[in-house]
Amino acid sequence: MVAYVVRRLLILPIIIFGVTILIFGMISFLAPGQRASLYIAAIPKGAGEIDEIIEKYGLDDPIHEQYFRWLNGVLHGDLGFSRTGKAPVLDTIKRYIPASFELAMWSAIPLLWIGIQLGVISALHHNRLIDQVMRVFAIIGWSFPTFVFGLLVLMIFYAKLQWFPAGRLSEWAGQVVLSAEFTRYTGMNTVDALLNLRLDIFWDAIRHLVLPVITLSYVQWALILRVTRSSMLEVLRADYVTTARSKGLAESKVIDKHAKPNALIPVATVGGLVMIWMMSGVVITETVFNYRGLGWWVARSAGQLDVISVLGFSLFYAVLVVCGNLVVDVLYAYLDPRVRLE
Amino acid sequence: MTTFEDAERDLEQETEGGAKQFVRNLANNVRHPPQFIQRMLKNPVSLTGILLVLMFVVIAILAPVLAPPVRPEEPYRIPRDGYLAEPKPPSPEHPFGTTEGQYDIYYGVIWGARTAFRVGVLITLATISIGLAVGTASGYFGGWVDEGLMRVVDIFMGFPFLLAAITLAAVLGSSPKFDRITTGMIALIVFGWTTYARLLRGDIQSVKERDYVMAARTLGAGHSRIMLRHVIPNSIFPTLVVASMDIGSYVLNFAALSFLGLGAEPGYADWGQLISFARNWMPSLSTYWYILVYPGIAILLFVLGWNLIGDAFRDILDPKLARSRR
Repeated sequence: MVAYVVRRLLILPIIIFGVTILIFGMISFLAPGQRASLYIAAIPKGAGEIDEIIEKYGLDDPIHEQYFRWLNGVLHGDLGFSRTGKAPVLDTIKRYIPASFELAMWSAIPLLWIGIQLGVISALHHNRLIDQVMRVFAIIGWSFPTFVFGLLVLMIFYAKLQWFPAGRLSEWAGQVVLSAEFTRYTGMNTVDALLNLRLDIFWDAIRHLVLPVITLSYVQWALILRVTRSSMLEVLRADYVTTARSKGLAESKVIDKHAKPNALIPVATVGGLVMIWMMSGVVITETVFNYRGLGWWVARSAGQLDVISVLGFSLFYAVLVVCGNLVVDVLYAYLDPRVRLE
Repeated sequence: MTTFEDAERDLEQETEGGAKQFVRNLANNVRHPPQFIQRMLKNPVSLTGILLVLMFVVIAILAPVLAPPVRPEEPYRIPRDGYLAEPKPPSPEHPFGTTEGQYDIYYGVIWGARTAFRVGVLITLATISIGLAVGTASGYFGGWVDEGLMRVVDIFMGFPFLLAAITLAAVLGSSPKFDRITTGMIALIVFGWTTYARLLRGDIQSVKERDYVMAARTLGAGHSRIMLRHVIPNSIFPTLVVASMDIGSYVLNFAALSFLGLGAEPGYADWGQLISFARNWMPSLSTYWYILVYPGIAILLFVLGWNLIGDAFRDILDPKLARSRR
């Protein structure tokens, strides 16, 4: 166990090094003029300035020299200047993190809970009608492109029925949030509203979250369902469950005490990864609902070919994912002693 | 030469394991198509899937008949009826209505089926080939080759798939070397092969220590012969069959790129691209529903068809699931 963690920690820098090479490989695909914006702290004033920067930072130098210079900058937190964010990339990321985190958080809780419940039900009724129905619904779920689903939801509940609004806050609430008497502790509207004891703002933020949360979680919901189901099926066939049954335990006890805790181990690790996978969903979901978070910003940057922003964010996120994967793997080994890690 | 091959075959038959059983199932099924097809057709889930995919095959083949191109030399350009900004509802000349800029939605949906097959099949072929090459090399040679290749896979997997594809598509898109469609496809291929490499590596590792592989080696067979004759046929077919059903999910991801403006360019017959027009009309989507609904249904049914077949395939072919049915 310890050897495994140590080995993984040793590999971690190698992977992150590889990630930076991959990102730089993409950067070096660009013309020197485009790369110049990596080094600009403000919007350029003219073409002359760009030539100066190419000269000053040696953007025509051999590629390995440029790489180490770039890496040095990255290690000091310099990911370049975001044209779409009108600020350095790292500052822009910091600005948009709370919104996306809020969305992911509110999606993850109902998603995991409902997915696990349905998965257990599905497994307990293996191959019966309810299992088949859920299976078909799960397949339809992940065949539905996020943007089509999101736009449909928007069309029905926003444009047609006008039940829920788009964006992050209504105009009046936005003004209150930006005003002096409202303290922004976390940048997450729901949390801040509660901390400021403004239930009206909390309610407004929740109303804005309902549609994006549904859109973001339904694909993952099908996934959690399937993982729980197959893991539960496997556990229900295990010898210790047969033993528990044969010594006369009530079926509900067998399921709650013996089967479920063990069946949920793989779900726990997948649940950890869901937060990571959600990121891909966030890009589309936030774009559809005009919800200003990281995904919205990345999609906008990609659409306007502000490559520096997209690459900067990718690097930031990849490092996060690689570290997250390590935590999830170690957690898995800890929860399930049968997993022998080489 | 016959004796050598006979010896190989005998050894293989004597020592085959569970994976072989699976392939034999598959081979039997393929050798007796009536049985196999019967099984697929009997299951309402896979039957629906097959019918959906067949429907799109027919639409794609008959595209020139269903929607005759105005300019036959450029059939994938959606014809325009004027340049008016406001979308127009379905009418006799435009059965599915028009988008902003008066692109005909019906034409786009019909020819979009061809785009979907082209994009899906090409990406699937490319990703599986790369995954196959990396996975077999990694699994068969082991040691440093394996370690190195798997770390490369780890690096690529550090990026969430769609985000990575968006990044690469944006980078490639900012250089004029490629057209948009190629850009989107390259982006999905570069980050799509890793799962296959990992799965196939595992498959190969489980087979390469089998006795018949050892036996072939002692008989003096070379690396390539052992790989092609013994290891690959006995290990990876299940994965390959299941992977080939990923066409649907690649079409879905390509559509997402198009929706963000990184796949097909405006006016190209592509479902995701058609729906991206809906982005500009969000507050009034209930009036302009046809921009979203027709191409949306096309994508949903296409992806659903492949996923339904894939799911049924997995059921029929997977020995683990077969056991659970007992």
